[in-house]
Amino acid sequence: MAKTLYEKVWDAHIVIENEGEAPLIYVDRHLVHEVTSPQAFSGLRAAGRKMRAPEKTFATMDHNTSTKSASLDALSPMARIQVETLQDNCKEFGVRLYDIHHKNQGIVHVMGPELGITIPGSVIVCGDSHTATHGAFGALAFGIGTSEVEHVMATQTLRQLKAKTMKIVVRGHAAAGITAKDIVLAIIGKIGMDGGTGYVVEFCGEAIESLTMEGRMTVCNMAIEMGAKAGMIAPDATTVEYMQGREFSPKGEAWDQAVADWAELTTDEDAVFDATVVLEAGDIAPQLTWGTNPGQVVAIDGVVPNPADEQNATVRHSIEKALKYVDLSAGTRMTDVSINKAFIGSCTNSRIEDLRAAAAQAKGRKVAAGVIAIVVPGSGLVKEQAEAEGLDKIFIDAGFEWRLPGCSMCLAMNDDRLEAGDRCASTSNRNFEGRQGRGSRTHLVSPAMAAAAAIAGHFVDIRKPY
Amino acid sequence: MNPFTSHTGLAVMIDSANVDTDQIIPKQFLSKVTRDGFGVHLFHDWRYLDEAGDQPNPEFSLNFPRYKGASVLLTKENFGCGSSREHAPWALADFGLRAIIAPSFADIFYGNSINNGLLPVRLTDVEVQQLMDEVEAQEGAEISVDLEALTVTSPSGATFSFEIETSARHNLLNGLDAIGLTLGYVDQIAAYEAKLPSWKL
Repeated sequence: MAKTLYEKVWDAHIVIENEGEAPLIYVDRHLVHEVTSPQAFSGLRAAGRKMRAPEKTFATMDHNTSTKSASLDALSPMARIQVETLQDNCKEFGVRLYDIHHKNQGIVHVMGPELGITIPGSVIVCGDSHTATHGAFGALAFGIGTSEVEHVMATQTLRQLKAKTMKIVVRGHAAAGITAKDIVLAIIGKIGMDGGTGYVVEFCGEAIESLTMEGRMTVCNMAIEMGAKAGMIAPDATTVEYMQGREFSPKGEAWDQAVADWAELTTDEDAVFDATVVLEAGDIAPQLTWGTNPGQVVAIDGVVPNPADEQNATVRHSIEKALKYVDLSAGTRMTDVSINKAFIGSCTNSRIEDLRAAAAQAKGRKVAAGVIAIVVPGSGLVKEQAEAEGLDKIFIDAGFEWRLPGCSMCLAMNDDRLEAGDRCASTSNRNFEGRQGRGSRTHLVSPAMAAAAAIAGHFVDIRKPY
Repeated sequence: MNPFTSHTGLAVMIDSANVDTDQIIPKQFLSKVTRDGFGVHLFHDWRYLDEAGDQPNPEFSLNFPRYKGASVLLTKENFGCGSSREHAPWALADFGLRAIIAPSFADIFYGNSINNGLLPVRLTDVEVQQLMDEVEAQEGAEISVDLEALTVTSPSGATFSFEIETSARHNLLNGLDAIGLTLGYVDQIAAYEAKLPSWKL
């Protein structure tokens, strides 16, 4: 029977499938960070259980680390306890940890792929919803809760129900300056923040296939923002080239076998999806969110929507509530919206290509008066590469702050956060109320759009001179 | 896990769609290393006017005197979207909620709730609206949720059926330890591992 990519990976991971029970599937790689793991380790300890395969688990610290100092003294007392708890737990249970002093430390979804921990065709989980990122490699990757983290630690498996399948085709080629972030925001704008609920989405079409691995990670990262269980992109020559020679990539004979096996990881021609969505890449302009969820998206040449135009009462109520929170009026042109903060970073957009795109806007220019802009590389390795290319100097000369790796202002668990009333151009993934700080407003954009907004002091259409 | 068989209790409603886990439990409360004590911070930014949580927001439904002691939450579609933080069901359960009734839930939240004995119930838009209307109309209105019969009973006695996956229902009814159950299949897991290709080891 013809199968989709998801069905192939799913079928290859079934350990047990009994009548009347959710199937038990095998987990190949488990990523761990400080915030969602302590209670799982405690649970193991309380039950006297060991980890089944600690060598398949990789830990880092990213959520509440400081981007200003690599010292534990820079952390709040509770954050420090959480970070130290991860150190102790990894030592006790034999888990490899990249702590804040290690050059490989970084955002868990940046670190995993760049070290070759993320493997095509594997099942990858982490106590973090943006685990969807790893689907860019044709892996089945999804976020789990802490009880499930403990289940994976003890058994290397999970109970899972099979999801429905959705194909999202982005046809043709995007215009110059249109990035993976614009593509995925346009998709979420089209299907809504719960349009993918219950589905595993496969992204395909020329515009997806022509993306680099970093661009594909940006797209899959935000699969969760459309509610999808996971997002996947079929591995191809771009994937194989990316995997070659990374620290944990297969080597020797195992590599040859891997490349042969990965070639099978495509959706069969006559496979049937439960739903299909089609977008034309050529129609996509730079995107940004205007509201308080990632589905509340508009093109840069658009305006803030009018709730009166919405027929559905629940949606109308959501728009009204969002407009009140973000303090914008219907009909306002997005290019007239001023900002006072800019954040370039997060597991969505903190890789080297993201920093290059932002630096291209920043080069030889200055951050607008009254705007504070920070650039937070996704990992120690990204930071090192950016500095080797002189990107740090470009940012610093333009008035951006150049920081240490971490999740930073994406979720503001650390000391990077917005104040009430702040309006931020952010390359992160969520514009929920209070996400970046109580009473603050977030507009999700691409790295180039964020850098340009920081320079102009308001959102600009980067396709035109500004 | 705490078992769930049936529950009858005072209902409270949050009449909004897409309530995300950042609202349910904001990030500043995620630094704890234990599972307890999150209830006081539930819906913090909506529930309190100040950062310290000293001034309750009188306009937020959970603070209405008529809903004090509520144990069933009625809300709109896509409840629990966003972050995978299990702190969300921990906070809801610690606050005293036993069941959440909505037209739809985000996937990760749905699973996390079941793993904590907090029952997520999917009803249709129309049924949820009827429950909200009845609860609104009558102070002290209680809703019953029966996991054995798979029914929800409204304050007026109207009964609605719901569905839940068989093994999740079984585990909830019996308060079973999911890890303990899976460890019963350790031989099958080992057999699977023995067949892994070299590049996955």
